[in-house]
Amino acid sequence: MRFFEYESRRILERERIPITQSGHATTPEEARRIADEVGGPVVIKSQVLTGGRMKAGGVKFAETPEECEAYARDILALEINGHVPRGVLVAAKAPIAQEYYAGVIYDGVRKLPTFVFSDMGGIDIEEVAETHPEHIGRGHFSTVLPHMDFRAKDAIAQTGLTGRELTRLTPILSALARLFVKYDMTLAEINPLVRLEDGSFVAVDAHMDMENEARPRHKALLAELGVGEDETREAREATPFEIEGERIDSVDHRGVAGNVTEFDGNLGLVIGAGGGSLTLFDAVRRHGGRPANYCEIGGNPSVSKAANLTKLVLQKPGVEKIAVMMSIVSNTRVDIVARGVIKACVELGFDPAEKIAIFRIPGAWEEEGFKILERYGVEYADRSVSMHEAARIAVEKVSGGGADGAGPLRGEETDAEKPPAERLAGAGEVVEG
Amino acid sequence: MAGLFIDVEVDESVTGDADLARRLEEACPVDIYADAGGRVEVVEGNLDECVLCRLCIDAAPAGTVRVKKLYDGTELAAR
Ligand code: SF4
Repeated sequence: MRFFEYESRRILERERIPITQSGHATTPEEARRIADEVGGPVVIKSQVLTGGRMKAGGVKFAETPEECEAYARDILALEINGHVPRGVLVAAKAPIAQEYYAGVIYDGVRKLPTFVFSDMGGIDIEEVAETHPEHIGRGHFSTVLPHMDFRAKDAIAQTGLTGRELTRLTPILSALARLFVKYDMTLAEINPLVRLEDGSFVAVDAHMDMENEARPRHKALLAELGVGEDETREAREATPFEIEGERIDSVDHRGVAGNVTEFDGNLGLVIGAGGGSLTLFDAVRRHGGRPANYCEIGGNPSVSKAANLTKLVLQKPGVEKIAVMMSIVSNTRVDIVARGVIKACVELGFDPAEKIAIFRIPGAWEEEGFKILERYGVEYADRSVSMHEAARIAVEKVSGGGADGAGPLRGEETDAEKPPAERLAGAGEVVEG
Repeated sequence: MAGLFIDVEVDESVTGDADLARRLEEACPVDIYADAGGRVEVVEGNLDECVLCRLCIDAAPAGTVRVKKLYDGTELAAR
C-alpha cells in the first residue's frame, strides 16, 4: 500500500528523521496559510500516487504566500495520469549544498531488506545504478536480530563518504531501516536527502510502500494518517473481473480462490499453491503464452469456490482454454479442485476435455482426482511433469498445437525435452498449498 | 437430484429417525444432511462438496447410508 508524500513525511517525523518544514493543504487558502507559517520560498507539490509530477506541472516553486495560493489552485485542479490530486504539499525550499539518496527495499531473492545509498540523489536511482554503479552502496540486514548502525555506515562508506558526512548520515539511514521493519514496509526511500548549506541534513522528499497484508497490524498509524480501511491504494482501479474474483473469495471462508488480476490473453489460468502461481504465470509467459489472468488457489477451497473462480475465468471474453496447474499440494485436495473445475465447465455447457488444456496438480488425494479427470477425458499430469513442462503443453494447446488426447502425461514422455536445470527443478519442487 | 460427482442415499427405514437426523447433521463437515424437523434431509446442492470422510456412514446404522462416487461407480465402504 503506497503512501502519499505528505503521509510518508509524517512517518519520517514520527521516527525523528529530520525533514523540511511542510504542511498538507486541500484548498488554495490553506496552502497560503502554510506558506505564511514556513516564511520564505516554498515548493508546492501535487499529492498523487503516480510519477511524472514535475513534467505534468504538478510541482511549482513560489516566493510568496500569494504566489503559493495561485499555484496551489492550479495544481489542485490538475489531473496527472488520470489521478486527481489528494491536496498539495507545501514545503520550505531548502538551500541545498548536496543531494543524496537513502533507501531501504526488500530483496526477494535473499529474503532480506537491503540498504541502498547513493551520494548522487535527486535523480532516478535506477539510472544512477546503471550509469554510476560506484556511487551506490548496498547492504542487507536482518529483520530478526537487533539493528546495528554499522551496517548502515558500511553501505554509505561504499560510496566513498567519510568523516562528518558519514557520521551524520549513518543515524538517518539506520532510522530508515528501523522504520522499514517496524511498519512492515516494502519500500522506504528519501530522495533527495540533502545536506543544507549550514551542514545539517534533512529529507526533502519521501516515498513509502507498506505490505498490504500488514495493514491490520498498523491500524493506529493508518488512523493517525487518515487512511481509510477501504482505500486500496493500488496502481490502478480494480476491474469488474477482479472485483468479482475478490467477491468469490470472500463469500466462502473455505480456502483461497481469488487474488485475481486481469490480463488480455487467451489462456485462462486456474493456478496456485504458495509461490506456484507466480512460477506458473512466468512459465506460461516464458513459453510465449498470453495469460488472461493471474489468480491464487490454495488452502483447500470448496468445490463451489473452485468452480465459481473457474467460471469467472472461463467466461472472460477472449479465453479459449484454461490451464489448471499448481505445485505439489499438501492440504489442498486434488480431487476437490478437479471437481470444481469440471463442474464449472459442465455447468457452462463446455466439454471439460476440450476446455481444460491441462490439469497438473499433484499431491493430496491425486489418485481420486485423476479418476475424475479420466472420467471426463481431461489431459492431466502428475509430479513427474514439471510445472514448466505443463505450462508449455498448455501454451501449445491454446495456440492450436500440441498433442490432444485424454489421460495422463508422465515425466518419462516429456523429460527428455527439458534442459537438466528444469528436470532438477521438477524433482526438487516444494510442497505447498 | 444427484450431484455431478457424488450421490447419497439414506434408507427409507431410517429417514424418520430424529436422533439419526441430528447425528448426521452434526457429523457431515460439508452440510450434506439437514435435520428437517426430526427427518433426515439430503441437501442436494451440497452433494458435490462431499470430502469422502465416511463420518455419516459411521454415524448411521450399518448399510442405511450410502455415499456413491458417480465418477468411478464405487461406493464408500464402512470402516
Ligand atoms: S462422507 Fe463425509 S462429507 Fe461425505 S456425506 Fe458423509 S459425512 Fe458428509
